[in-house]
Amino acid sequence: MNNDITNLSLIETLKSLEEKKFSKEELNKAYLERIKELNPKLNAYIKVIDEASEVPVAIKDIICTQNIETTAGSKILSNFLPQYNATVVDKLVSKGMGIIGKANMDEFAMGSSGENSAYGVTNNPWDLNKVPGGSSSGSAAAVAADLCVFALATDTGGSIRQPASLCGVVGLKPSYGRVSRYGAMAMASSLDQIGPITKTVADARKVLEWISGPDGFDSNCIEDGFKSKDLKLKNDLNGLKVGVPKEYFGKGLDSGVEKVIKEAISKLEELGAEIIEISLPHTEYAVAAYYVLMASEVSSNFARFDGIRFGTKREDFGEEVKRRIMLGTFALSTGYYDDYFAKAAKVRNLIKLDFEKAYDECDVIVGPVSPTVAWNIGEKINDPLTMYLSDIYTIPANLAGIPGLSVPCGFSEGLPVGLQILGKYMDEETILNVGEVYEQNTEWHNKKPDLGI
Amino acid sequence: MKLSQDQVKKVANLANLTLTSEEEDKYADQLSDVLSYIDQLNLVDTKSAEPTFNVTDLSNVLADDEITPSLEQDAVLQNASAKKDGFFVTKGVFENE
Amino acid sequence: MNKYETVIGLEVHVELNTKSKMFCRCSVDYFGAKPNTHTCPVCLGLPGALPYINKQAIEDCMEIGLALNCEISNLSRFERKNYFYPDLAKGYQISQYRWPLCINGWLEVENEKGEKVVIRINRAHQEEDTGKLTHSNGETLIDYNRSSVPLVEVVTEPDFRDTAEVRDYAKKLQQLFRYLGVSNADMERGDMRLEANVSVRLEGTKELPSYRVELKNINSFRFMVAAIEYEVKRQIEALEKGEKLVQETRGWDENKKQTFVQRVKEEANDYRYFPDPDLPVLEFTSAEVGQMKNDLPELPWEKLERFVEDYEISLNNAKILTEERISADLFEEAIKQGLEKQIKPQQIANFIVNQKIKLDSEEDIASILESIANKKVDMIEDESELIRLVQEAITENKDSADAYKSGKLGALNVILGSVMKKSNGKVNADKIRQLLEDNLK
Repeated sequence: MNNDITNLSLIETLKSLEEKKFSKEELNKAYLERIKELNPKLNAYIKVIDEASEVPVAIKDIICTQNIETTAGSKILSNFLPQYNATVVDKLVSKGMGIIGKANMDEFAMGSSGENSAYGVTNNPWDLNKVPGGSSSGSAAAVAADLCVFALATDTGGSIRQPASLCGVVGLKPSYGRVSRYGAMAMASSLDQIGPITKTVADARKVLEWISGPDGFDSNCIEDGFKSKDLKLKNDLNGLKVGVPKEYFGKGLDSGVEKVIKEAISKLEELGAEIIEISLPHTEYAVAAYYVLMASEVSSNFARFDGIRFGTKREDFGEEVKRRIMLGTFALSTGYYDDYFAKAAKVRNLIKLDFEKAYDECDVIVGPVSPTVAWNIGEKINDPLTMYLSDIYTIPANLAGIPGLSVPCGFSEGLPVGLQILGKYMDEETILNVGEVYEQNTEWHNKKPDLGI
Repeated sequence: MKLSQDQVKKVANLANLTLTSEEEDKYADQLSDVLSYIDQLNLVDTKSAEPTFNVTDLSNVLADDEITPSLEQDAVLQNASAKKDGFFVTKGVFENE
Repeated sequence: MNKYETVIGLEVHVELNTKSKMFCRCSVDYFGAKPNTHTCPVCLGLPGALPYINKQAIEDCMEIGLALNCEISNLSRFERKNYFYPDLAKGYQISQYRWPLCINGWLEVENEKGEKVVIRINRAHQEEDTGKLTHSNGETLIDYNRSSVPLVEVVTEPDFRDTAEVRDYAKKLQQLFRYLGVSNADMERGDMRLEANVSVRLEGTKELPSYRVELKNINSFRFMVAAIEYEVKRQIEALEKGEKLVQETRGWDENKKQTFVQRVKEEANDYRYFPDPDLPVLEFTSAEVGQMKNDLPELPWEKLERFVEDYEISLNNAKILTEERISADLFEEAIKQGLEKQIKPQQIANFIVNQKIKLDSEEDIASILESIANKKVDMIEDESELIRLVQEAITENKDSADAYKSGKLGALNVILGSVMKKSNGKVNADKIRQLLEDNLK
């Protein structure tokens, strides 16, 4: 019975509640029991709210929740009690959602493996020895292990899509400006977006409708909320042009992952899509540009942590945080601004133009999310540059501000692989439709990890 | 580009970070690696590119000049490491005022 | 001794009197308030909080810029100025650097010889204030009520050559801020703050000196002028002795009447400015800017000129009467009302200036006009002189006199007007009417 409840997607859960198949109390009880059993193995949550009473949602611990500890995975905020709710939290609460826990993460969203948390690594539900990806490690693991109905996370360079891919769940990074960032602690302000990690594509669509829209607290947030067009979903992709960038299939892409992605692309073709090879020529420079711009913004965003109004002393920042602060401080300093920051901002422009050109020929762009499946805990932790390079396929979307979706599309070495579907700026509708048609014509989303209960 | 330990010290000072000498060594190496990787940006011809600082095309996003309530003083101070009579407290800073 | 020339540039910060802060909607009315009661996540720089620009502040800044003959940039943006100090909640100040809102202005001021000189204005840009620190017993107390209150910074080129120019410029700016109604511009309260960059060079040299001394934290015009004068003397003496002057910040010690070193800049501050990714750009079309320029109120120096021209009052009186916008407006209202009572603008101006009257309400007008009418000042009191004026007027207006005698009582006003004119209004109209009636019986 319990497993049946926690198995349900958001849409199914809402329907069941409406039909009074179970109560919210029963729903929370089922999730809390499961969390009690599995969280010790997975470490997906930093904090669990035992008195949860609404539809249970996991919130990445970088998103402020009023008077609920919000640590961002950092020691420096070990006692931080936010005085306010992030806009997305208020929006969810107004829709009858409740917080069941604060999800583990790489410290301040800096990491691709979940290992940079001051509260311990999160384990991948598909193989506890593997990383769940990051930085939204706990959010993705909690959804994959049915420890919440869905999760909210943030994506600055792939932090929603990559862990979703590595954990076999759906992850949506909306277009920059679609969702208010107010209350999500900023890593890189021009790149950060809040988005959902869910069990199905339809769930992601629903959550986006709830959390998007105008907010008088984020000047970059557009007025138009996402409203799903009231079209009866087609069950084919006839007439859709799918671009496949050749740069996303080069050196570094694991052959097992490549095979799975190619099969998924064949499936899209089978469903009626026209597959077009495209080029995004500046892709190889994306990681370098990203690291300059992201680190520069980080160096400034993290200056407010001075131990006076909140938090402990700056020495409590973890290693990766300090490394990025140092890099960004350098990139902005006198004599280096033009060669680093300004140069990277121009390369960003070229990357954005690459996408605009590509979208003249196609409606969506597909490819892998991550070059590999989940790796062993500890494998890359001492090699920051290699870790940075694992974000090569997700970073360009953040630089261009376009939306990206990760949808489960198969397994390699027994571990999940996600298909990335990138859309035009502010066109989440199309990528969600493509994702949903693909999902409904495959079985991947029904596969659940065996957690021994 | 390679960072010297002196440069690392200078940057740490600007960033208000106190580093141990091991950390200085480590960051000098790691940041030099990352900067060498970043230096490939020089291969890109950006003569015709405008810098992109943010992707939105928004401009003049302005709020009306209307007051909304502030936080209560207790709430303001609830995470302070030190407070006194409604003030935040920090170690003495020296400047003639 | 060599001849030296003084090179001074001024930076003026003015705190705007908007209702809410620059980047959040907390009240700016913090003066005298309990500490940290006018704060929110944004102005406290809490994690996750974001700035949102106050429209009124931008309009105020543009008005200041336009009044100072600046161009409004087609595109301007906010940048972050990064440095650590406990009064700076976010660890950066949102300011403008490469893309300021207003650029390339100028203002005419008077030098010590009374000549008019033009001071170029580099920029007027928008930024935010910091919190306030109090130091006691080795501790520093912090109040963030002032954090993020809107500030406009007006920066000149190093065009000042003497302290008369500096004083005139500062006064004019203060007057302007008050005219525009954008700030109380009170120096003591810190609404308006002056910083001067002072250096000297050999007369005839064109290049800027290799150093400059920044005079800061000086809260009155008088002290600033004293500090600059002291500095110029000190610097010349040092150069004459062959000493090398360094870049440093100095304050003013009013007791010792000398400047003192506050901070020596070993190397230039590295503020690591970059565009604030949280804030969209500001863009204004030339039509919008033109409209704004049209809507500017009459500026104090424009009003001054008009008063001299239209009301034929002395330059000195005009200066005093235009000092504040409200008293200038009331003066004009008084002129209007005075006209009905045959009181001339010059009389009103003289009366206000001589009696050192501060006009601040409509009632003041009534009492001034009454006083003037009652010949309390400058009036012709001598009875025989008055009779002479009346008789002269009757002779000159024989037709009206006859008409009056034949019962057309209104004709008396013509003769009365004639007397008023002859006497330059320096007679009491009621008294004259009485005398006319007596003489025409």
